[in-house]
Amino acid sequence: MAKLLIHGGRVIDPSQDLDEALDLLIEDGRVARLDGRIKPPKDAETFDASGLVVAPGLIDIHVHLREPGQEYKETVRTGTMAAAAGGFTAVACMANTDPVNDSRSVTEHILLEARRHGFARVYPIGAVSKGLLGEELAEIGEMVRAGVRAISDDGKPVMNAELMRRALLYAQHFGIPVIQHAEDLTLTGAGVMHEGEWSTKLGLPGIPGASEDVMVARDIILSEDTAGRYHVAHLSTARSLDMVRRAKAQGLNVTCEVAPHHLILTDEEVAKSGFSTNTKMKPPLRSAKDRDALLDGLADGAVDCIASDHAPHHADEKDVQFSMAPFGIVGLETTLSLCLDRLVRPGILSLPRLVHLLSTGPARVLGVEGGSLKGGSPADVTVFHPDEAVTLSKAGFRSKGKNTPFDGWTLHGHPVATFLDGRRTLA
Amino acid sequence: MTPNTPIRWRRKDLLGIAELSPEEIGLILDTAESFSEIGERAIKKVPTLRGKTVLNLFFEASTRTRSSFEIAEKRLSADNINFSTSGSALEKGETLIDTALNLQAMAPDLVVIRHAHPGVPHMLARRIDAGVINAGDGAHEHPTQALLDAFTIRRHKGKLAGLKVAIVGDIEHSRVVRSNIHLLRKMGARVSIGGPRTLMPVGMEKMDVEVAYSLEEAIRDADVIMMLRVQLERQGRMAFPSVREYFQLFGLTTARLAAAKDDVIIMHPGPMNRGVEISSEVADGRTSVILEQVTHGVSVRMAILYLLSGVHEETV
Repeated sequence: MAKLLIHGGRVIDPSQDLDEALDLLIEDGRVARLDGRIKPPKDAETFDASGLVVAPGLIDIHVHLREPGQEYKETVRTGTMAAAAGGFTAVACMANTDPVNDSRSVTEHILLEARRHGFARVYPIGAVSKGLLGEELAEIGEMVRAGVRAISDDGKPVMNAELMRRALLYAQHFGIPVIQHAEDLTLTGAGVMHEGEWSTKLGLPGIPGASEDVMVARDIILSEDTAGRYHVAHLSTARSLDMVRRAKAQGLNVTCEVAPHHLILTDEEVAKSGFSTNTKMKPPLRSAKDRDALLDGLADGAVDCIASDHAPHHADEKDVQFSMAPFGIVGLETTLSLCLDRLVRPGILSLPRLVHLLSTGPARVLGVEGGSLKGGSPADVTVFHPDEAVTLSKAGFRSKGKNTPFDGWTLHGHPVATFLDGRRTLA
Repeated sequence: MTPNTPIRWRRKDLLGIAELSPEEIGLILDTAESFSEIGERAIKKVPTLRGKTVLNLFFEASTRTRSSFEIAEKRLSADNINFSTSGSALEKGETLIDTALNLQAMAPDLVVIRHAHPGVPHMLARRIDAGVINAGDGAHEHPTQALLDAFTIRRHKGKLAGLKVAIVGDIEHSRVVRSNIHLLRKMGARVSIGGPRTLMPVGMEKMDVEVAYSLEEAIRDADVIMMLRVQLERQGRMAFPSVREYFQLFGLTTARLAAAKDDVIIMHPGPMNRGVEISSEVADGRTSVILEQVTHGVSVRMAILYLLSGVHEETV
């Protein structure tokens, strides 16, 4: 019987409202015991977590693993290695691969690769529509049987309102959420950055906040009518967040995630960086007002979880003029440090609240195990230093994607050890 | 020739007006004054840039700006090479960066670039040793145009500070308006921006200008009116119903000019669409300085080439 004792750490488990100095005993890949002082069993390995935080394994419910089809950007292997390196024990991967994950065979391929390499749990997200074309429903039931935990056409919105309505209805058969990349493409047009003061100054076509807002408004109405389970991916505007907040107060089944870059950077960064293509993503970096509203939403519960929208691209694809570059940045290996330094350190969030937003919160949104250190739970554990300085370096990323605006940033706090089923994945 | 200048030019590139100081703008304009006389000589050539190589990279069609740069380069005795996109490596799949690095390997001293995408000159400037002159990047900046506009205004009004300059038309797609706003505000002029709401980008007032939604309001008591071309090729997005209606609302006519000051001058960066944003009567009228702008463009570009080439440092 394999045993591991993680001792001397500060255990934060939002699922049990725990924040105290405790030892954690793991047996056969499951949490056996949490106690003030556990004497190491004879045959147990030990991990000294003095000065460190011991938390439920972090879960990122929005990543792009790019496999199958775009293995030059990322693979299930490199993406899950990046997850482990970033302190994540589970990721949910989007369906915009090539071929699209709209069928059982693609889902099974992803899961097979994930199990073969074993760096993190992978929850595949199936497509809402066949081929992401937004025309007819994919075989959602088949995919759920194969292991899909949510559906989304992410990368693209479900533009057709009737298709969205049917997806919200049909997904209820399987108890899974419909995750929407909320964007009205007619309002986005040729936009490449947030429409506002900075797009005007830089002469770049803008993506108005309304592009997200009208979609969130429409979907909340559809969610109300269908009682469907609706989740807003990478929510980025003050107004969308307000609508989600009101929908929750109304008792609707609506949740949302925000991405670290939307909490830390604003549209001004495009100018400050001199048109760096690593400031180009969708939704775009928004105004300071939007950013501040998202920060409020983290604290007051309007936001359910933080998700990175890890979007690896090849360096050559990003080394072009701003307007031509693909949207997206990597996030798995920067998220925890960014959140500790920019959210906890200035006092915007308590440490337990951050742990919730990165573990218990996303587990609930997706309806999966994890996000808890209760006895009997899978021993997915993240150990991190809460405030030690570290300098982010893309050269050291396990991810194939080096597209980050945070390269060279010195931040306080970083992952130290990641355990999946009690087995160490980050050394 | 070495003009008497209170400050020295220190920049490798001219990418935009936004980053220039009023002193730097003044230096360019003063230097241009000293070059303008060359254009009036019988032999319009000086040896100032002899042995210097200038690459003209126009990734977007241009008649006026390109010819103006070429003439300025020739008058300064620089060797110039023109690069056009058709039939080039870019059409064979080469990236812009690779093209730039290859051109860099030929060791030009200066590169003049126009590109449809904002930020391209900035990207190039970071990668190559040659000085980069932005000849227009998308709707972002067109610094040499703003400088020649300022030069023209100074010739007529003797100053920039305290003037009211109205800029009217397709604001959204105009790089000219952005560079002009930066320059005119830095030099103490008031700027009034006018145009249809559908062509007015959000947050325009953040550029420290007055925003008007009628032609009359925009040009009221103006010393200078700049009319902008309606970029019909970029109007895929339902900005206004018809050219006819646009002219009714925002076309500059003699009757409407009454709202401006009596000694107002009319400018236009070209190309002009007669009967769309401006009537021929106004374009060809007594108050129009549109062709003078083109003449001054050569002097201003000579000044910029001269300052960026570094020869003023080498000779003193």
